[in-house]
Amino acid sequence: MSTLSKTLQLRTSPHILSGYAVDSIMFNVVLALLPATLFGMYVFGLAGTLTIVVATLSCVLSEHLICVSQKRRSTIGDWSAAVTGLLYGLTLPPSLPLWMVAFGGFVCIGLGKAIFGGLGSNPFNPALVGRAILQAAFPVPMTTWMPAFAENRFSWLPPSTLAWPFTEPVYDGFTSATPLSLQKFDQVATDAGQLALGMVSGSTGETSAILLLLGGVYLVARNMMNWRIPVSIFVVVFAFSGLLHLADAGAYPSPLFMLVSGGLVLGAVFMATDMVSAPMTGTGCLLYGALIGAIVVVIRVWGGMPEGVAYAILLGNAVAPHIDRYVRPTVYGTGRRRGAAT
Amino acid sequence: MLTVHTQSFAHGVHPEELKEQTVGLPVARLPFVDRYVLPLSQHAGAPSEPVVQVGDQVQRGDVLARPGGFVSTTLHSPVTGRVRALAPRKHPNGQMVAAFEIEADPFATQQLPRREPLDWAAMELDAFVEQVQRAGLVGLGGAAFPTHVKYRLPEGRRCEHLVINGCECEPYLTCDHRLMLERPAAVIRGIEIVSRLLGADHSTIGVELNKPDAIDALRAACHGRTDITVTGLAVKYPQGAEKMLIKALFDREVPAGKLPLDLGMIVNNVQTMAGIADYFDDGKPLIERMITVAGPGIERPANLVVPIGTSVRAVLEYCGLRAETRQVVMGGPMMGQALASLDAPVLKGTSGLLAFTEAAIHHDVEYACVRCGNCLEACSNLLNPQKLARLARGGRLDELEQACVNDCMECGACTYACPSGVPIVHLIRTAKATLRRRKGSR
Amino acid sequence: MLILTAIGALGGLTLILATMLVLAHRWLHVEEDPRIDAVEEMLPAANCGACGYPGCRPFAEALVTGKANPGRCTVSSPEDREEIADFLGVVVAQQEKVVARLACAGGTNVAPRRAAYAGIDSCRAAATVAGGGKSCFWGCLGLADCADVCDFDAIHMNANGLPVVDEDACTACNDCVEVCPKDLFELHPVSHRLWVACKSQQEGDEVLEQCEVACTACGRCAADGPGLITMHNGLPVIDYSRRHDTQVPIQRCPTGAIVWLTDSGPQKGPAAKRIVRKGALHNAPT
Repeated sequence: MSTLSKTLQLRTSPHILSGYAVDSIMFNVVLALLPATLFGMYVFGLAGTLTIVVATLSCVLSEHLICVSQKRRSTIGDWSAAVTGLLYGLTLPPSLPLWMVAFGGFVCIGLGKAIFGGLGSNPFNPALVGRAILQAAFPVPMTTWMPAFAENRFSWLPPSTLAWPFTEPVYDGFTSATPLSLQKFDQVATDAGQLALGMVSGSTGETSAILLLLGGVYLVARNMMNWRIPVSIFVVVFAFSGLLHLADAGAYPSPLFMLVSGGLVLGAVFMATDMVSAPMTGTGCLLYGALIGAIVVVIRVWGGMPEGVAYAILLGNAVAPHIDRYVRPTVYGTGRRRGAAT
Repeated sequence: MLTVHTQSFAHGVHPEELKEQTVGLPVARLPFVDRYVLPLSQHAGAPSEPVVQVGDQVQRGDVLARPGGFVSTTLHSPVTGRVRALAPRKHPNGQMVAAFEIEADPFATQQLPRREPLDWAAMELDAFVEQVQRAGLVGLGGAAFPTHVKYRLPEGRRCEHLVINGCECEPYLTCDHRLMLERPAAVIRGIEIVSRLLGADHSTIGVELNKPDAIDALRAACHGRTDITVTGLAVKYPQGAEKMLIKALFDREVPAGKLPLDLGMIVNNVQTMAGIADYFDDGKPLIERMITVAGPGIERPANLVVPIGTSVRAVLEYCGLRAETRQVVMGGPMMGQALASLDAPVLKGTSGLLAFTEAAIHHDVEYACVRCGNCLEACSNLLNPQKLARLARGGRLDELEQACVNDCMECGACTYACPSGVPIVHLIRTAKATLRRRKGSR
Repeated sequence: MLILTAIGALGGLTLILATMLVLAHRWLHVEEDPRIDAVEEMLPAANCGACGYPGCRPFAEALVTGKANPGRCTVSSPEDREEIADFLGVVVAQQEKVVARLACAGGTNVAPRRAAYAGIDSCRAAATVAGGGKSCFWGCLGLADCADVCDFDAIHMNANGLPVVDEDACTACNDCVEVCPKDLFELHPVSHRLWVACKSQQEGDEVLEQCEVACTACGRCAADGPGLITMHNGLPVIDYSRRHDTQVPIQRCPTGAIVWLTDSGPQKGPAAKRIVRKGALHNAPT
């Protein structure tokens, strides 16, 4: 007696799932980044737009080609390559030669992700791996910045962007300093309000802190991001630099300036929260954020570079598995016996 | 919404309740069918031993098989009829098991023979335990553990607290809810009998706060009594698990590998309590139980009283089974088992029958684990499901034991929460089966 | 002067370190028969456990102390075993080649699936879900756990989803026996040609709905092979300690569940129903 049109399926429990999957999380991260990205494109015009577009495309294409060469199904459908590309592009100076952008994109995916086994296996944030390698390989172009709101930014492309591969770019006076380097090397302060709104020079993603925070709030509300990481980073940065500022206001910048300048908001909200390279436990995330915050302040105040977020996060990524190991919840019913994380 | 006074256990998940289909439907009785298949083993422990033969006439409530040991229980006939066969029949878990096949007499009234209420107040604990075993009662929350085994208190042990599970935390299922609404007196009566005979100081009924009407009904039924409390609990899965219930009600943890009795507590389901009242007052053994039939593949979802041994096909067809159904699950959606054949019978431990269509089944797109930590946030035993899945995949069985895999109750919360679709529970279950085989062969 | 200081410092350091090494060699030395290393070199280093020891090194130790015989290593070729035996001055115990045999003939062309299993692609995983979905609960699930676990590439799945053991390559390492969740593999000497290719404990002709080549426990083989074959749990059990090189018990088998294994495959008796369906039958009606 057959009443069903097809054979019964046998699956194991549970038979319902929460429904939100990796690709939807990644897609929402892209959505959350869009306001800040669009604003950055507006601030830096054609150069900024091209940088981001080339960065994203090179990451996605690299991942696709690597999958094809390994004879595996292409994994670009999970949107993680797009997220990496977008974040990577947002950390770059807009006037960076496009060939370097593309090269960095390949490095992000190749050395930051594929070589470890793909999504889920990378110990470091791939976007930051690419950025760090570019910084070491091309120190001058990576620290040469474009002015914000340039007059002809929508119609004119800085010649440096179109430099031929393997040639040094030429900057003929069309440069500007970022607020952080101004503060560190020239002791010139920038208004924190200006910084928050994003009216200053820097990388495309360093601009509007407010739009980035909005994106972060959206992700937390949809339960797609661990709020503990950015909150602990901000708290520690504020507290640490606040103490320094109280001790000697002249030598050390204000904590508010520290919070909104440079790539801190972008890094804290979108880079440090990359699930794969961050710790898995809640307490672990708080410690991780605290560590990153402390290192950011140390590098900015006493280090040789004006900006330290990328390296702080990479160091945090390196320590994350160890944090997980030492933050073990006690298994139910085992009292003091340890048994869980990592 | 969590209010200040609601207690809870750590972690857990919040699946959609999906109870709207059946929560307002009063329990109806499934009409009697012509054949009933009763496996001799519907409970944890030794199978029952037959006491009737093929061809015998049996009345509804007659004993078909006696306990096969202490951890075993009695099997009764759910209908008046004739024993047609004692032969291998398909069990819901796929195996062929020895089972009675009873052919119902179409002209019988199927009325339960009357019996005098038992004088339970004068019983000793041993006599009480034996009576509960004679009733054929098992844990009706799904575990099917013989109830009388829990009541045999070891030397020197006391049951200080009787804990009653009215949570029904699985989505879709509403039969316990309807029981609490329609027969709260029976539940309270059962608690009264058990707590008196076990010598418990106090009884607590834990009910999730999504059933405020059930809480009110129970409170009204024990109006004036100081020995029974009804406590509202936060709506979270798996609130109905024994260990989580104790944690939420008393903030105490059952030591790993031990029983609630080590904390002086015994946990029972509300339907089991009603079953005790029915047996001690009316002489009705466990011959039928309440189940919920729901899901996208059912045309007329219902809460039904179903005689044990009715085929799943008969129950589903009564409720209208859609032709596009692709999966039928016995139990709740989080821990229930998929059925390979609709000809399997409803057992003592069946709490629900769910039919899913193609669209309602999740598909196997699996991404790599992204180490998001959702599974750690979901596991109420505070295990590391990601690690367990990883070790299970790699076949590292010794490390699995060290990582407390045997504390995993396979509730499914971790797999529910996983955004990558990693089949964590399946991996753990398979690894545990391999561990058992390895231990068995040594 | 400086050069003398340098020479003195380095020379002194060398002396200290060398002394430490000498002392370590004296105090921390572990006495070991040097033959163990030599024998271990001669073993195939498969660490498969077929010899019954947890690896080639423990087996080498057992060989040298005389507890084991080189014949136990089924992975080595006969020449290798002779070499080890010569080295140790022993004689290789004659051991008949033992291979793994599958006690199931229920491929997809004769044993339909009752329900479609979907999940982890492994027999062990499928067995935890209502038995795996095959109509016959005891039968092979065909998801190739055995083929995956075989280190010697001796098991391959055929077109009907059944594993086929290459008896030349099989080393009887026991991995497939341990991994099969339905316990379908057994290790037997190759001379055991009379073989029951079924594990279904069900009796009666209803079994044939589940698998056309299953054993219905009719008992004809036991009647034709008195003393050799007894029926137990719905299956014929062959007592291999008696003379078993007879094809008489397979002659009347109606389904071909009991077979005679030849070098070209299992041979059924003349009464066995011919299976004409070549294609795979996937699903039984629900």
